Amino acid sequence: MSITDIQVTDELVHGDDHHEEHHEQSFIFKYIFSTDHKTIAKQFLITGIFWAILGGGLSVIFRLQLGFPDMDMGFLQPFLGDWISNSGKLDPEFYLAMITMHGTIMVFFVLTAGLSGTFSNYLIPLQLGARDMASGFMNLLSYWFFFLSSVIMFISMFLSTGPASGGWTIYPPLSALPQAMSGSGMGMTLWLVSMVFFIASTLLGGINYITTVINLRTEGMTFRRMPLTIWAFFITAVLGLLSFPVLVACVLLLVFDRSFGTSFYLSEIFIGGEALPNLGGSPILFQHLFWFLGHPEVYIVILPALGITSEVISTNSRKPIFGYTAMIGSILAIAFLSFIVWAHHMFITGMNPFLGSIFMFLTLIIAIPSAVKAFNYITTLWKGNLVFTPAMLFSIGLVSFFISGGLTGLFLGNAAIDINLHDTYFVVAHFHLVMGSAAFFGLLAGVYHWFPKMFGRMMDEKLGYIHFWLTFVGVYLVFFPLHYIGIAGFPRRYYSFTNFDAFSSFVDLNSFVTVAAIITFGAQFIFLFNFFYNIFKGKKAPLNPWNSNTLEWTTPRIPEHGNWPGEIPKVYRWPYDYSKPGAKDDFIPQTVPYHQTKESNTDFENEESKKEQPAT
Amino acid sequence: MSSTAIEIEEKEDLWGGGVSPMNVSYGKLMMWFFLLSDAFTFSALLITYGLIRFSHPAFDGAIDDFVFSQEYWPVPEVVFEAVPFLHGVHLPLIFVGFMTFVLILSSVTMVLAVEAGERMDRKGVEKWMLWTLLGGIAFLSCQAWEWSHFITGTDMGSKLLDGSIFHGANLTMNEYGPPNFAALFFFITGFHGFHVFSGVMLNFMVFFQAVTGKLERTGHYEMIEKVGLYWHFVDLVWVFVFTFFYLV
Repeated sequence: MSITDIQVTDELVHGDDHHEEHHEQSFIFKYIFSTDHKTIAKQFLITGIFWAILGGGLSVIFRLQLGFPDMDMGFLQPFLGDWISNSGKLDPEFYLAMITMHGTIMVFFVLTAGLSGTFSNYLIPLQLGARDMASGFMNLLSYWFFFLSSVIMFISMFLSTGPASGGWTIYPPLSALPQAMSGSGMGMTLWLVSMVFFIASTLLGGINYITTVINLRTEGMTFRRMPLTIWAFFITAVLGLLSFPVLVACVLLLVFDRSFGTSFYLSEIFIGGEALPNLGGSPILFQHLFWFLGHPEVYIVILPALGITSEVISTNSRKPIFGYTAMIGSILAIAFLSFIVWAHHMFITGMNPFLGSIFMFLTLIIAIPSAVKAFNYITTLWKGNLVFTPAMLFSIGLVSFFISGGLTGLFLGNAAIDINLHDTYFVVAHFHLVMGSAAFFGLLAGVYHWFPKMFGRMMDEKLGYIHFWLTFVGVYLVFFPLHYIGIAGFPRRYYSFTNFDAFSSFVDLNSFVTVAAIITFGAQFIFLFNFFYNIFKGKKAPLNPWNSNTLEWTTPRIPEHGNWPGEIPKVYRWPYDYSKPGAKDDFIPQTVPYHQTKESNTDFENEESKKEQPAT
Repeated sequence: MSSTAIEIEEKEDLWGGGVSPMNVSYGKLMMWFFLLSDAFTFSALLITYGLIRFSHPAFDGAIDDFVFSQEYWPVPEVVFEAVPFLHGVHLPLIFVGFMTFVLILSSVTMVLAVEAGERMDRKGVEKWMLWTLLGGIAFLSCQAWEWSHFITGTDMGSKLLDGSIFHGANLTMNEYGPPNFAALFFFITGFHGFHVFSGVMLNFMVFFQAVTGKLERTGHYEMIEKVGLYWHFVDLVWVFVFTFFYLV
């Protein structure tokens, strides 16, 4: 008995003997089928960038249709082929396909896989002081499942009947009946298959992140000393772990309805004058299952971005994050609440108004932890020695979007006002600001901030500034006017609004939004140039370019597999000792013990320093 | 007194990093989280079952008067009453009760295998894993019979809404009640059956590793424990599936 125990625990204590085995790996195992978390993170990032260009490109095309309805789009025929008619008009069904793909790509492939996949993988082991993820092999599988799902989704875009077209929420019966629209045929089938692989990828990744955070923290790295990035990734992984399996059930039932003749979501339907045999199912059931994932999903998207922002803002304000515990508390509160508010997406499905009022109440409570976060960012910035790196600018941009988009959430969360605003451009404006653009800015902030660690080189700051200002102003110019169009009642997902006299006064505004969208999209190519050029040609990065406290900056310029060449560093303090009164520098890394910083210790920390073993 | 002090100190260090706080390996931790996640999938399916079932009217007459009809949800005792080789005998829930008993028994043998593993008793592990394996295969075989009986249907059949007589069940039609009754039965017991099948595969894998001595060479039988966790979970889920489909 005791023998077993000892041997089991032996395995638990970090792979400290790891760093001795330094064998050169072949190209395939080093860059393609790598089990190194850093390489896998970069794979996620590059794939995410690919999808972001595609998803953004689609939005530019359908914005052209909305902004300039009379435009001759014949010049797109070489790319879109038959989807542009000979008179230069965009095919209406393809318009629906594009908005569906735009939503799917952005929500799942860019802001879930591209954001969590990149930064959870990259930062969890580095900031916790671990050699790698708990299971490198599962991490590898996680990426390749994502890759497979990407390939399937990409192929679906080249079908002659078009990809899935029922909106990214794929509500049945529209998505369940191939007769309903051409996109509900093979395109929808591939969407569902792709999503099953995507969920498998998310689960493998999530289980790994959670386990790594619990089991592989270095000595001294208590939960109370973890950077807020890690807290955010940890809770995000928990959210994914509990919500994606419900999507599995939801999607599998839809697969059966579509392909095997069941009626889980279908009942009493006429289509094209013909009565279908389906009886006894409920399309509302689908919405319940879908939004039980769908709502936590928006927090899966935004929480990592908020975590990255916490880190970047604190570092570049040269101040400890304001309200560290409150930040953790608000992450936990948001995560908990995200599971009990899903029906606010369904206020007008004929739901009992009393139930609606309960969901409204729970929804509006989310304003509290969200406001805690917003205020804490502002108070961290307050009187800080602000260093405006591009990452810092993008983080501040995130806070701005989070606030201005969050405010409209208060309107939409209200069951009565939602009757008016439901499925209008007001909703589009709301979530593109609070979740889309905010999370995207978090992603960009992360790339700018950790690029020196990822590739050992610096990105160009000037290009970063231009990229930031064009994008920041562009995003507001795109999404602010959409609020007005939405309040006027214009519904989302419509191919053409010029068919309605009531909206003809919005032609100019729509053209304006389209022009802004094109400029914003164009500005991203500055980033792409900056990113790819500097991977190879950038200035070599110093070891700790932002004078940051966290552990990843104690690794060599380009960390090998195993991260630290010698022993894993120990952690003695929290990660936010910036501008501590009495200290020599304005930052004290987590690896510096208290007994070396007598001049800046508090009484409590002096007590702590007595317990520390002298550093060897 | 001094021993207490040491204990407190150890407790503090537990979450202090550098050690596994719950004193389990990452593999076992991962299995627990996977099971948590899988539990949500099954919950979603069982809630779906509940929602669809309660949107159909229940049969409110005396049980002796019950006949199959598309108008109301069937009474399980009448649907699941067959036992192999006893054609035409009314034995409500006897066979599925036996299946459940076999599956629970295989959980017991799994516990014994884990316990033998902790004692590093290779022979014991082999013996009890074999019994567990047999239990799983027996359950799957029973389910196959149950499904084929369900699909074949009764001699009498019953009248569908369009007036035709139909025997047995498939995903779109069935003689026992509303179409979704059979669809849900196939989907949820099928989904569970697939889990059992995966469990049998895993059981076979660790059984094979135990027999070839691979586990003994690693110095511990933790693999048995991890697979055991999965096996108990599948068992536990069956208890809920059983309750929803056969008892209420």
